[in-house]
Amino acid sequence: MSQIKSLADLKKKREELKTGLINAIESKNQVRVKVAMATCGIASGAKPIMEFLTEQLEKRNIPAVVTQTGCMGYCYAEPTVEVKLPDQDPVVYGFVDLKRADQIIEKYIKTGELVDGIIPVNYLTIDSKE
Amino acid sequence: MSKYSMHLLVCGGTSCHSAESDVVVCNLRDEIEAKGLSDKVQVITTGCFGFCGKGPIIKVMPDNIIYVQVKPEDAQTIIEEHVVKGRKVERLLYRDPKSNEIIGDSKHMSVFKKQLRIVLRNCGVINPENIDEYIARDGYQALGKVLTEMTPEQVIKVVKDSGQRGRGGAGFPTGLKWEIASKNKADQKYVVCNADEGDPGAFMDRSVLEGDPHSVLEAMAICGYSIGASEGLIYVRAEYPMAIHRLKIAINQAHEYSLLGKDIFGTGFNFDITLRYGAGAFVCGEETALIHSMEGLRGEPTIKPPFPAQSGYLGKPTNVNNVETFAAIPVIILKGAEWFSKIGTEKSKGTKVFALAGKINNVGLIEVPMGITLREIIFQIGGGIRNGKKFKAVQTGGPSGGCLTEKHLDMPIDFDNLIAAGSMMGSGGMIVMDEDNCMVSVAKFFLDFTVDESCGKCAPCRIGNKRLHELLSRICDGKGIPEDLDRLRNMSQVIKDTALCGLGQSSPNPVLSTLDNFMNEYEAHVKDKKCPAGECKNLMEYVINAENCVGCTACARVCPVNAISGQRKEVHHIDPTICIKCGACKEKCKFDAIFIR
Repeated sequence: MSQIKSLADLKKKREELKTGLINAIESKNQVRVKVAMATCGIASGAKPIMEFLTEQLEKRNIPAVVTQTGCMGYCYAEPTVEVKLPDQDPVVYGFVDLKRADQIIEKYIKTGELVDGIIPVNYLTIDSKE
Repeated sequence: MSKYSMHLLVCGGTSCHSAESDVVVCNLRDEIEAKGLSDKVQVITTGCFGFCGKGPIIKVMPDNIIYVQVKPEDAQTIIEEHVVKGRKVERLLYRDPKSNEIIGDSKHMSVFKKQLRIVLRNCGVINPENIDEYIARDGYQALGKVLTEMTPEQVIKVVKDSGQRGRGGAGFPTGLKWEIASKNKADQKYVVCNADEGDPGAFMDRSVLEGDPHSVLEAMAICGYSIGASEGLIYVRAEYPMAIHRLKIAINQAHEYSLLGKDIFGTGFNFDITLRYGAGAFVCGEETALIHSMEGLRGEPTIKPPFPAQSGYLGKPTNVNNVETFAAIPVIILKGAEWFSKIGTEKSKGTKVFALAGKINNVGLIEVPMGITLREIIFQIGGGIRNGKKFKAVQTGGPSGGCLTEKHLDMPIDFDNLIAAGSMMGSGGMIVMDEDNCMVSVAKFFLDFTVDESCGKCAPCRIGNKRLHELLSRICDGKGIPEDLDRLRNMSQVIKDTALCGLGQSSPNPVLSTLDNFMNEYEAHVKDKKCPAGECKNLMEYVINAENCVGCTACARVCPVNAISGQRKEVHHIDPTICIKCGACKEKCKFDAIFIR
């Protein structure tokens, strides 16, 4: 890893990362999957779900990146998984067990057909315009 | 891609479900089939929209139209009008109660979105074990800006102007705390992050550390620059192994990029962070006790002054802030004090993270602007009370806080209003209670906790709380006398006035607030020897109604202590001296013959 020696370095790095991350994913038409893996998520079984998704997406030849992330806040609906298809807004699924994980791959990721268990975005972010 | 051109998302959250959203789904599907649209339109049930007061809710995609309070019979209209003819069903769109303006499209969704995520901006978004993802989302920009473009005084001014107050519980202005620490001269100063989250039911600090550890590291370095400290310490409880694991990774990655360590951004500023583990004692959340614990001494508080800002860790000026307080700092620096201070109420700026727990449908972590009402939190975002029961109270501020009731539901929540209502913000745990919770038992539960967690240094807390607990136990056992109620109040007041630290001074709060709000329940326990909520076992008696009992012996067979006697086909009898009130017999009886007296 190269060291960041100045604010200009950091800004350059940020831009590289931004375009880099986007290019890496969009150019290959990759699906981006995030699994909520805070202590609470893991306790409700997020780990096997993440392993299943990683393994099966590869097995079924779907270009995808599966990463872990922190708590999404939906404790009542753990395990939760966010799926972002290329050029689309991310969708969060709750109550994900192996069966639903399989549906997410077969229906949502392969055909874009929505699956039960979507958790609507119910918050604004610091970048929201309003 | 998708063979469907339209999706109807129907909320299947518990609250909407009880308002027949499942019937709405069935009707929509039937209607779609009848119109021969099954291959074009799909109906999906979703989790909670966080707008439960107006449920059931339907969102039409891709049109982005939201319909509220949809009844089963509206299904036909929605399909015929919206889906077939492409016309909005106006009467089902949301109307702003004040302006009566129709709000149905995605442009005004802030009406539907009660939450604003500042502290939780990266939680559940980035991979916490990858610093690049943090940098891609403006990570460490605030530190860079501070080190290269601002003087320490300017940084402190921004934090002061933002109106940010400490999120650990007491709500002390953060900027002022930094200013005091910066003015004390010393060869070494320390920045301490208090991650000793101990309130029962609170888990926001853990979530931030696990989901966005770099935001805390960045803020600590900013704080170090403004007060003149080159060392930071995070006091985190050992029960949080995942938080510790991710913090360690984050610190290492920041070092590899030179974002921590020597000569950061080539400015000559040095800052390093180490971890200290706490053994999970509640009192160590108090800053002087926390500092002693870090020094290797017993985790006991000492009298302030001297404040840590004068003489803290190793006798040096020390600034202690909570995880949530730190996590907001980078945003305040980048977005400016004015932006931050526009959010919230006059005296409490910004947002607060709450951990919703107890008898609520959507247990979870939420972040809302200060000034939101309890009603919005519990009945909109939280989805209301579980199993359709009646709301009774909500405990805020953990064992140091108090109970808020129905009459507080529409009060805007901020630091000062909560204190005026006899509770406090605390770290942000919200435990919701329904009609089945006995408030005397609730007070006893929290006192149980403080008695356990009292460090024992001062007599009011060590002895006083124990005596309070005995009184409450006696009342719950049905052995209370009317004078006990006055005694409870007097003793609580004395402990509040004389205890050494915040733990003792606030420990009687649950007792006082339940006395204030639920005196009738205390009186019922003491005078009538009854527990209205049916929770205190010693005040109930399981009795068999001779008229309904057929002598099937099912209850006698299920009783774990053989308290039930009687011949087959004869009326049975429960011996109250043996009965442990487990309720197994009542559950088993098919003839409704067993009741509680």
